[in-house]
Amino acid sequence: MKRIVRNSKVRDFHQARWNEPIIFELSRKGERGVLVPKAEADIVKQVGDGLSKIPSKMRRNGLPNLPEINQKRVLMHYLRLSQETLGGDVNIEIGQGTCTVKYNPKINDKIANNEKMTALHPLQDKSTVQGILEIIYKTDLMMREISGMKYFSFQPGGGSQATMSMASIVRMYHRLRGEEDKRDEIITTVYSHPSDAAAPALKGYKIITIMTDENGQPDYEAFKAAVSERTAAFVVANPEDTGIFNPRIKEFTDLITKAGGLNCYDQANANGLFGIARAKEAGFHMCYFNLHKSFGTPHGCGGPGSGALGVIEELRDYLPKPLVEFDGDKYFLDYDLKNSIGKVKSFQGSPQVVLKAYAWIMSLGAEGLYEVAKIASLNNIYLINKLLEYKGLTVPYKVDTQRIEQARYTMEEITKDTGITSGDLARRIMDFGMHIWSSHHPYYIPEPLTLEPTETPSKDDLDEYIKTIHHIFDEAYENPEIIHNAPHNSTIHQVDETSLDDPEKWCPTWRVYLRKTKED
Amino acid sequence: MKIIGLIINPIAGMGGRVGLKGTDGIETLNKAIQLGAIKEAPNKAIKALRKLEPIKKELLILTSSSDMGENQCRTLGFNYEIVHKSNNITGFLDTLNAAKIMEERGVDLIIFVGGDGTARDIYNAVENRVVTVGIPAGVKIHSPVYGNTPELAGELALMYLKDSSLHIKEEEVVDIDEEAFRNNQVRTELFGYLKVPYKKEWLQNKKAPTPLGEEESQKAIALDIIDNMVEEVYYIIGPGTTTRAIMDQLILPNSLLGVDIIKNKSIVKLDCNEKDILNILGNGTGKLIITPTGGQGYLLGRGNQQISSKVIEKIKKDNIIIISPNSKIIELKGNPLLIYTDNEALDKSLQGYYRIKIGYGMNIMYKVSVGY
Repeated sequence: MKRIVRNSKVRDFHQARWNEPIIFELSRKGERGVLVPKAEADIVKQVGDGLSKIPSKMRRNGLPNLPEINQKRVLMHYLRLSQETLGGDVNIEIGQGTCTVKYNPKINDKIANNEKMTALHPLQDKSTVQGILEIIYKTDLMMREISGMKYFSFQPGGGSQATMSMASIVRMYHRLRGEEDKRDEIITTVYSHPSDAAAPALKGYKIITIMTDENGQPDYEAFKAAVSERTAAFVVANPEDTGIFNPRIKEFTDLITKAGGLNCYDQANANGLFGIARAKEAGFHMCYFNLHKSFGTPHGCGGPGSGALGVIEELRDYLPKPLVEFDGDKYFLDYDLKNSIGKVKSFQGSPQVVLKAYAWIMSLGAEGLYEVAKIASLNNIYLINKLLEYKGLTVPYKVDTQRIEQARYTMEEITKDTGITSGDLARRIMDFGMHIWSSHHPYYIPEPLTLEPTETPSKDDLDEYIKTIHHIFDEAYENPEIIHNAPHNSTIHQVDETSLDDPEKWCPTWRVYLRKTKED
Repeated sequence: MKIIGLIINPIAGMGGRVGLKGTDGIETLNKAIQLGAIKEAPNKAIKALRKLEPIKKELLILTSSSDMGENQCRTLGFNYEIVHKSNNITGFLDTLNAAKIMEERGVDLIIFVGGDGTARDIYNAVENRVVTVGIPAGVKIHSPVYGNTPELAGELALMYLKDSSLHIKEEEVVDIDEEAFRNNQVRTELFGYLKVPYKKEWLQNKKAPTPLGEEESQKAIALDIIDNMVEEVYYIIGPGTTTRAIMDQLILPNSLLGVDIIKNKSIVKLDCNEKDILNILGNGTGKLIITPTGGQGYLLGRGNQQISSKVIEKIKKDNIIIISPNSKIIELKGNPLLIYTDNEALDKSLQGYYRIKIGYGMNIMYKVSVGY
């Protein structure tokens, strides 16, 4: 009998494969999951049939095109699909870092799934929702401590939407000062998130991007040359996506303030800063966090996410309304924000996500948050040092520059030696049940590899991840074909990505798929 | 049956291993041989040609005698025909003549093996009339017409032959002055554009939404320029495909390698020399739109000498508009853009940070230095 070898760090993995139809193909006419009970007579008497009050032009002409399928088959379907993914709960998700997959305590999910939360309705009387308003208000207070800002709105969904909200505040601010036409430029840095340029561009701003100096930090001389009376704002991430922190950031923000612009801080990379550095002391007028990244509240596949958008006292009236306030007796919604940019999302955004962030912060406390930052950075430094032991892998700019909670590496030399690209690595590592984030925008660094361990993985997890990457690099030198043809153990083999560029091949809905694949 | 041309410059790259920074000129070649240099290009050609083996039966290769292609085709058992005979010592005329014959025979693709000099010779023979794939074997590879490796070049050729709908791109043929390079001076020159098949996935990993490709970037830049054009101002459009996009969007004729002048979105004169530019400008206001060459990133003094120091003095620094797709900036790896006119004092006064237009409303602050 063959003995199973368990002393290898490189794990044997094979993804489950089900010949699983999509749910529309499982549909059988007349099959039912839940039979919705008819409304009781007393209710009908009070509110009518529930349909006739809806104007006819707003009503469907026919039934919605939903699949008809029983509960058991729905459960089996989704369980099978869940086995075909590289889910965060069965993986060492260093590859995706804080992008929703650092450890998200299940207890917080349980709290958010409590019926008191799931049955909430935004139009309930305020006296019946004092609990969640208190949670939102207290999360605001904690965010103030963390950032130094004075007021927070949880309405923006985070990320690009929060950046867009900041750009909207910038425009409103200059409009009210009579400078909207004059100040039409926004400055950002090359390794800030692409949304930091894209969102203001969508608002009509001209974007000026600052490149790095030889240390990988934004070039201060270029920045000075860019700032002018046309500058509306500076939108920046720090640390940037290279993991490099700009220690001169106050000099940058001071220059903008002096020129009459506003400083906007994209804190999507805040994981390594808790208890160490704050937006206020760095001279920012506003900032946002992604609760679904830094505060352990997964958004999963794009929603629901939640941002926390904070501003200094002078900009309170520009925030999306309403804000949650407390009069010493009760919590209430304050709509009296005279310069507000309006609503950027309905009601209070995603209260369940705010609740999860609140629970996460409360469970850690101030010391715990500081510990998160320290361990996230320590894990990152350990990962860098161990990975760089491999010949041919390096980090751009000075190797000894401190990377905070993530690092962008370059596989340029390995690629030159073996032809194996970082894209190839991302496909091959799936054969070991792991995942590598494939977005390294902008593509200035040859064959980029961006890893962000966070505070979650143990030393054993890190070692397994490192060992797996080194194993693949060994393969690159010894048997590159096995990497070129990867993944071998995944449900789906190599995907032809060319269709991503071709709108003719996009099928955003089942109906479009049927139309586009219809045989003539 | 597909017909392809194969041109191997067998001496390409020989100077590299022996530290000569190139193999241009018979004297350098002899020196390289004396220093023990061996031919590397023929083996690199074989690595690339192996990728075409799956469609071997569907191919006829037109090539030159001995190590310019014949030997490699025979080794791999390809169906080939000699259309050009070379002497023992090959030179640029061999490349030039072979390419011309191949174009006349209507080949679907020319595969060539060499460095920047070989790309220049191919361009001189066929300009941008034939699709080409370069297999890198030279010491200097500044022209982005080559695959990253011989194997990738071979795969690209295979892909194009199997799917002729693959996107075709015009890429710059640039070369440097080898003599100056041996003295540690880098002087590049833009010679033209070769048509090459383009497979974006090989250049970068991506995640939807895909960043704009170079062509789309050029179009976005052009639309920004056009939307902000001022009436009664002369726009001097420098050479290059990026600047050509402005003319294309205005539906105006243009000279790809020359300097064109427009005013009020109409042609004033095409392909101007220095005197034309100065005469036309007269006492009027002019704005200069230029784009850097690939590789070293020269803005002035390489391939656009018509835009002389006298022209620049007339236009003035503030009226210089620099445009470039982001991909060209990336290629510079942080090195500054360069200027090198005939006037050192002027060049120094032009140094500093400029806003390089990289898209519609999108700019990068970038350093410009003197290219001495």
